[in-house]
Amino acid sequence: MNKMESMTGAKALMMAMEKEGVKQVFGLPGGANLPMYDEFARCDIRHILVRHEQSAAHMADGFGRVSRKPGVCFATSGPGATNILTGIATAQADSAPMIAVTGQVPVAMIGRDAFQESDIIGMANPVVKYAFQPRTAAEIPESVKKGFFIAETGRPGPVLIDIPKDVQINEAEMIFPDEFKIQGYHPWADPDITNVEKAIDMLLHSEKPIILAGGGTIISSAFAELQAIAEALMLPVVTTFKGKGAFPENHPLSLGPIGMHGHAEANKMMAEADCVLAIGTRFSDRSVGTFEEFEKRLKIIHMDVDPAEIGKNQTAQIAVVGDVRSSLRIMVKLLLQRAIKKTEETPWIKHVKETKSYWKENLKLYPGEMGAAKILRKLRELLPSESIVTTEVGQHQMWASLFYDVIQPGTFFSSTGLGTMGWGFPAAIGAKVAKPNVPVVDIAGDGSFSMTENSLATAVLEDIPVIVFLLNNSSLGMVAQWQRTFYNRRMNGVDQGHCPDYVKLAESYGAQGIRAQSIDELDKAIKTALSSDVATVIDIPIDPEEDVLPFVAPGTSLSEMILPS
Amino acid sequence: MWAILSILVQNKPGILFKVTHLFRSRNFNIDSISVGVTDNPDYSKMTITTYGDEKQVEQIVKQLDKMIDTVKVEQLDEHKTVYRELCLFKIKLSNASDSMEINKLANAYGGKVHDVKKDSIMVELTATPDQIHAFEELAKPFGIIDMARTGVAALQRGGA
Repeated sequence: MNKMESMTGAKALMMAMEKEGVKQVFGLPGGANLPMYDEFARCDIRHILVRHEQSAAHMADGFGRVSRKPGVCFATSGPGATNILTGIATAQADSAPMIAVTGQVPVAMIGRDAFQESDIIGMANPVVKYAFQPRTAAEIPESVKKGFFIAETGRPGPVLIDIPKDVQINEAEMIFPDEFKIQGYHPWADPDITNVEKAIDMLLHSEKPIILAGGGTIISSAFAELQAIAEALMLPVVTTFKGKGAFPENHPLSLGPIGMHGHAEANKMMAEADCVLAIGTRFSDRSVGTFEEFEKRLKIIHMDVDPAEIGKNQTAQIAVVGDVRSSLRIMVKLLLQRAIKKTEETPWIKHVKETKSYWKENLKLYPGEMGAAKILRKLRELLPSESIVTTEVGQHQMWASLFYDVIQPGTFFSSTGLGTMGWGFPAAIGAKVAKPNVPVVDIAGDGSFSMTENSLATAVLEDIPVIVFLLNNSSLGMVAQWQRTFYNRRMNGVDQGHCPDYVKLAESYGAQGIRAQSIDELDKAIKTALSSDVATVIDIPIDPEEDVLPFVAPGTSLSEMILPS
Repeated sequence: MWAILSILVQNKPGILFKVTHLFRSRNFNIDSISVGVTDNPDYSKMTITTYGDEKQVEQIVKQLDKMIDTVKVEQLDEHKTVYRELCLFKIKLSNASDSMEINKLANAYGGKVHDVKKDSIMVELTATPDQIHAFEELAKPFGIIDMARTGVAALQRGGA
C-alpha cells in the first residue's frame, strides 16, 4: 500500500508494526511514550505490562528467539530507556531479533538535559545492530520497516527506534513503503560451493573429524541438514553452549556441549579431534578455552553468516560465508551427488563411542538425593520433548547444560553471550507468548531469579503460565564455587540467606508455589505445574556446596578439566 | 603494521561517532582520521590510519564493512596510493638567522611560510606523515610553539 494518509507519528508507528505482524508489545509507559500508549486502545496490538523495563526487553528477546520474528518492547525516555539497555545488550550478544521502541524528549529539548532525557542512541550504539531516531513523523513508517528487516535478516540482532515525543504527536502524510533500500547492508552472501566441496574433502581425509555446532545452527534452523551430514559422514557432534540442542542430545553421535562446563566426553573428543566443521559459532572463550591452544591442533572449517566472525577468534583453513542452513544444504546435496554415506565405523568413531559410554557411566555425581543431576533428569523425564526451556545464569544453567538433554532441536535458550542474570524468567514469558501451547520452563537459581522475580505479576495478570524451576541453594552459587576453587574458600558476598520464602512469594503474586524436598515431591510438583493454568514456582532446596563439574578453569585448554573427586 | 583505510559512509549525523566508537569498543587504534564530504553530497569519505598486525587490520576492515552506515571500506596499498596530510607548525624565532634557516628547511620539504612575526613563524607542510615527522624533528631545536595536523587523506593511483 503506497497511498498517502494523514495521521500522527504514534498511529503510524502502530500501523507500521501491525503491517510487520506484531501481535503484542512488552512494555511500561511513561511521560515520553504516552502518545504511543494512547494508540493501544485503537489498534489490535496487545500490551503486556511489565514491572521493570529490563524484563520487557528480555520478554521480547525470548519471544524473538522462539518465534524467529523480532519481539517488541516499549520503554519511556531516560531511566526507562537505560533500563532496557541490559536487555538490548543481551540480545546483541546472542544475536536475537528484537525491536526496542523508546520515547524521547521533544526534538527541541534534546541536548538540554531535560527531565528524563538520556542519549539512548549514543549509549546503545555498541550494543545494537542499528538505531533509528526519526526526527519527523513522516520518517516513522520507513524506520519501522527497515528496523524489522535489519533485526531479523542475516545475523539477527536488536534494533532501537527512539522517537521524540513531538514526533509521536505530530501529524504527517504517511507513506508505508513496500520496498526500500539499505545501501550499506548486505545480510546474505551466497555460500562458495567450491569451499563446501573442499570442506567435504578435508573432513573425508581427516582421521579424527568432528562437528562443532554453534548458536547459528539454531538461529537458521539447520537441524535436519546438520543431522544428515553428521550421519552421512558419521561425525561426532559437539555443540557450543549456545548451540546446545542444535542436534538431538539423545542421538548416538551426540556428545553435548564443550566448554568451561562442557560434557567430559565432549571436551575430551574436541581436544583429540584433528579437524572441525564449525557451524555458526564465534568460538567464544567459554567454549574453546584458550584461543591459541585450540587452533594449534586443528584444521578448522568455519561456516558463518557474519564474515567478520571468520578469523576473529580462530583462523580457519576453509571459510564458508553465508546462512549456515544454505551452506549445509549445499553440503548435503554434494554428499548425495557423490554418494557419500559412511556405514562402517572408523577407529575414531569407535573411540568416540567408547569415551562417551565411559563418561556416561563413570562421571561421579553428587551423592545425596537432591543433586543437580537427579533433579534435572527428573525434569527431562516429565517434560514433553517439544517443551521450551530457558535458563537464568549461574550454576543451575551449567547443570542444565550437563544434565538436561535437549531432544527436540531448538527448544533450549539461555543468555550465553552476555550471561545476564534475570534473563530466564522474563524470556520464558516471552517464549510462552510465542508458543502458548507448549510447556515453558525457566530453569532458575535463586540468585538470578531474584533479579526479575517481579515478572510474576506479569505472568499472573497477563495469564502467561510458565514454570520457574528454582534450584535454591540460598547463595550466588557459581561465584561461591569460584571462591571455593580459586580463593581458598574465602566466601564473600555470596550467601543470600533463606530469604524470601519462594512459595509464599509466588502465592503473594497470585501464582502457585510448591516446595519439593525429595525426588518424589519433585515428581508430583512438576506434574502439578504442568497441569496448572497459572504460573508456578517450584522451589527446590539444594546443597550450597555442590559444584558444577567438570570445570575447565579460565585460560586453560579443554583437555585440562577439573573432575569430581 | 601501518594501514590506510578509506571508508565511504552515508553523509548523516552521528556516523563519525559510530565509526570511532567501533574502534574504541573493539580495542583498535586510530592513528589519524580525516573526514570530508565527497563530490556526491550523500556521502562522506573518512580516511583512517591505524596500527595492528595483519589479522587485526583484517578484523577492522570486516567490522567496518559490517556497519550498516558504511558503503565501501578499503584497505589501501601504501605503495599504490597518494597519501598526504597537512600540518601547521608555529616555530619560535630566537636568533636573527632562525627565520632564514626555517625558510630553507620549509622549502626543502615543499612547505610554505606564513605569518612571520618578530618571535615566531608559521610553516604549512603538505606531506606524508613520515616527512612531517622528519620536519618536526628538524624544527624542534628552534622550539615548536604549537602544531596542528589534519590527518591523512588518501586515494589509490590509477583505475577508473
